[in-house]
Amino acid sequence: MMESLDQIKSRIEGAVPEAKIEIVQNGSPSQQQSLLLDSEHALAIGKFLRDDPALRLDFCSNVTGVDWLDRIVKKTIKIKTAVDGVEKEVDQTTEEKIPGYLEAVYHFYSIALKHGPVIIRMRTADRAEGARLPSLTPVWRSAEFQEREIFDLYGIRFDGHPDLRRILMWDEFEDYPMRKDYVQPDDFEWEPTPHDEVLARAKQHYTLRPELDGAEALRKG
Amino acid sequence: MSATLQTLEAMERPPVRMTSRLEGELLEVSMGPQHPSTHGVFRMNVALEGEIVRKLKPVFGYLHRNHEQIGEHTTYLGSMPYTDRLDYFCSMSNNWAYALSVEKLAGIELPERAQYLRVILAELTRLQNHASLLGFLLSDMGAWGTPLMYAFREREKILDLFESLSGARMMCDYMRFGGCRVDASDEWLARAKQIVDRFPKFLDEFEELILGNEIVIARTQNVGTLSADLAISAGITGPMLRACGVNYDIRKVDGYGFYPRFKFRIPLGEHGDTYDRLMMRALEMRETIEILKQALAQIQPGPIVNPKVRIRAFRPPVGEAYGRIEAPKGELGFYLISDGGPNPYRYRVRPPSFINLTVLEDMCLGHSVADVMVILGSVDIVMGEVDR
Repeated sequence: MMESLDQIKSRIEGAVPEAKIEIVQNGSPSQQQSLLLDSEHALAIGKFLRDDPALRLDFCSNVTGVDWLDRIVKKTIKIKTAVDGVEKEVDQTTEEKIPGYLEAVYHFYSIALKHGPVIIRMRTADRAEGARLPSLTPVWRSAEFQEREIFDLYGIRFDGHPDLRRILMWDEFEDYPMRKDYVQPDDFEWEPTPHDEVLARAKQHYTLRPELDGAEALRKG
Repeated sequence: MSATLQTLEAMERPPVRMTSRLEGELLEVSMGPQHPSTHGVFRMNVALEGEIVRKLKPVFGYLHRNHEQIGEHTTYLGSMPYTDRLDYFCSMSNNWAYALSVEKLAGIELPERAQYLRVILAELTRLQNHASLLGFLLSDMGAWGTPLMYAFREREKILDLFESLSGARMMCDYMRFGGCRVDASDEWLARAKQIVDRFPKFLDEFEELILGNEIVIARTQNVGTLSADLAISAGITGPMLRACGVNYDIRKVDGYGFYPRFKFRIPLGEHGDTYDRLMMRALEMRETIEILKQALAQIQPGPIVNPKVRIRAFRPPVGEAYGRIEAPKGELGFYLISDGGPNPYRYRVRPPSFINLTVLEDMCLGHSVADVMVILGSVDIVMGEVDR
């Protein structure tokens, strides 16, 4: 039998003392809880998980990205205020904005000890262009294509990946199609040509997401 | 098992050493995507020194349609027919993997007969997948048509079974959360039993024709050797992993479905070369027949779907689940995140043939161009699943 996630967490903290680890609860009947790692120590933790004799998570099965948009959490608290000279309790609603982030989720199994899964996740600071996470490909080769896929579809850049290129979309493609706010171009195969009418169409074509504007250079030049 | 592996030892030869007048000069060749041996639209950028592969970079995406994005915009049940299109040879296995993940996510139990039907259909799928893979592989080696048609003759019988049960030969869309869509009649089960009982005869003939064949042995032994360590690290699964001698079969490890009820063995390879991978399919078919015989003998009448599962307005609780099965090509998994809505927040397919291609370059380096086709054929890929 595999250790519980709490035991694994405390043993990682013993092996990598500076690591900050959180257990992410899962409300589903699947009971698959996961460990949220800080990206700074992820590589060291990965090596520990693979080499530790009681865990030996030598098989990295599934690597995937998840996009979490900005969320607004409403909180209602009761405060005491004076209304017409009488003190009353009034509900006050505050809105807290939780900024969005991108997440990489890894599912590990052990072939040697035949247990699993141990699920770890890492989160980027924000959803901006160039969000970064450390690559676990140096520890598990299996992550090579799957991290490339996350880069391709979600736009997370993996530091330390040997060959980080687009994998499913073509190299010239811009934007990340699996993001929740992705908007499809009206014509995938449309290319700008240097004619007035077509240039005008180019401007219209790329107005949806100006920060990723491929025709920016054309417009200026 | 050992009887057939004897030929392997008897005919073992030193690896062919190729020399080239073009030593040091690299020629870049784009193999595919429109090539009959690439099993669809797969492309490899190969750097050749004479005829020897020095570098190989696979290029994907010609069949990419963002399956996962579509899955996130469809209801849970709405994705079921779409999973058929992943690995279109094995729609029953795809259905099962997806249904299993959703059942984990929502905590759904299955009636007994449904479990048996799933095992029977998934194993029939494995049978026809492995048989046609051997045919395709022989096609890649130049035995054009005939072995493939032998395999397809048997595959047709199984597809006829699928058709009479689900209404479709390849896009079966058969499984539902908590059960199966239609019940199998007694006649259907009798017919399945007949086909299973006759299958070993075909296997005997087929194995005699191909596995002892001198050309097959010359083209596959010591070609594309993969070490067990690399295979594990690269996440290789299925027959390809077991050909390296690693005993890992999810049917045994996870014991999902009713597999713990059946007695079967896991064939293992020794060398991890193309011949072992080929052998692995042949030996696995024998074990699959054993499972099918037991399942067809044990199956009892009963309900085929859990009546508590809601078909309309199906909303699993908030959370996530990863479910996986031993599909004919390896570990097929689905990772689902539910936000409580009618469609998954995240719908991810863990495609075995895509991840099995991670080591394609490692296997092909130092071999000739002609071997690349054979090695690729032994990986067993379907582009519908690789590109999604």
